[in-house]
Amino acid sequence: MASSIRVRAVENNGVTSLKALVRHPMDSGFVKDSAGNVIPAHFIKVLTISHNGKNVFVANWGPAVSKDPFLECRFKGAKKGDELTISWIDNEGASDSTTATIA
Amino acid sequence: MTDQRRRGFLKGMLGVGVAGFALGSGIVPLRVEAATAPDASEWPEKAFKTPGVDETIAELYGMEATESDQITMDLPTIAQNGAVVPVSVETTLPNVTGIALLVAKNPNALAAYFDVPEGTLPFVSNRLKMAETTDVVAVVISDGKAYKATQNVKVTVGGCGG
Repeated sequence: MASSIRVRAVENNGVTSLKALVRHPMDSGFVKDSAGNVIPAHFIKVLTISHNGKNVFVANWGPAVSKDPFLECRFKGAKKGDELTISWIDNEGASDSTTATIA
Repeated sequence: MTDQRRRGFLKGMLGVGVAGFALGSGIVPLRVEAATAPDASEWPEKAFKTPGVDETIAELYGMEATESDQITMDLPTIAQNGAVVPVSVETTLPNVTGIALLVAKNPNALAAYFDVPEGTLPFVSNRLKMAETTDVVAVVISDGKAYKATQNVKVTVGGCGG
């Protein structure tokens, strides 16, 4: 199964820049479908980025984050070829995880 | 972000996806079992359910935020589509431990907040939904104190209409 997470991480002058794109509906719970029924909230709550077992970035998201959320962050202390783990969990308990190598 | 850069990024993403699949196809099932899902129990349910900017900051961090000109926000002044508004925050404040993004006129103001551990630069870029023309507030926790910056976004099509 293809992962729901796409990541690109690039190291430059000691700073790793990471861009991640997650496929997720991020329903806010305020939108109604064509029949007038409220679409229940369904969104990613927590997304973590870890390097060597240590979290380098933790995003706590609410339903106001856009569909198919995009995140960019920068951190120090990693080098080219290092592996990063990106994981998320949503409000229904579903989760996904992927690894990426820093280029 | 210009359209050109965005294209490049998306193309790059495709490449990463394909390479990742080729490399990992054999070991992926093991990895999935070994990987632990993040813990959502710390997720601040109450802060995400609070309307109003100041109330949310108080709920989330237990203090009031003071205005700071050392926080740089990058977001459009006019957003054609309120469902996808790119927001970037960067700050020169020292010892940053957290960044939060709030949308003043959304039903619940808090959109996202980020833990920034040591070694991570105080920068984040994210895309947010906003229902109508509104102020966007960035809160930065630096040396244990809260600072904020505000910028207005004109939304021509709301993000809650589906």
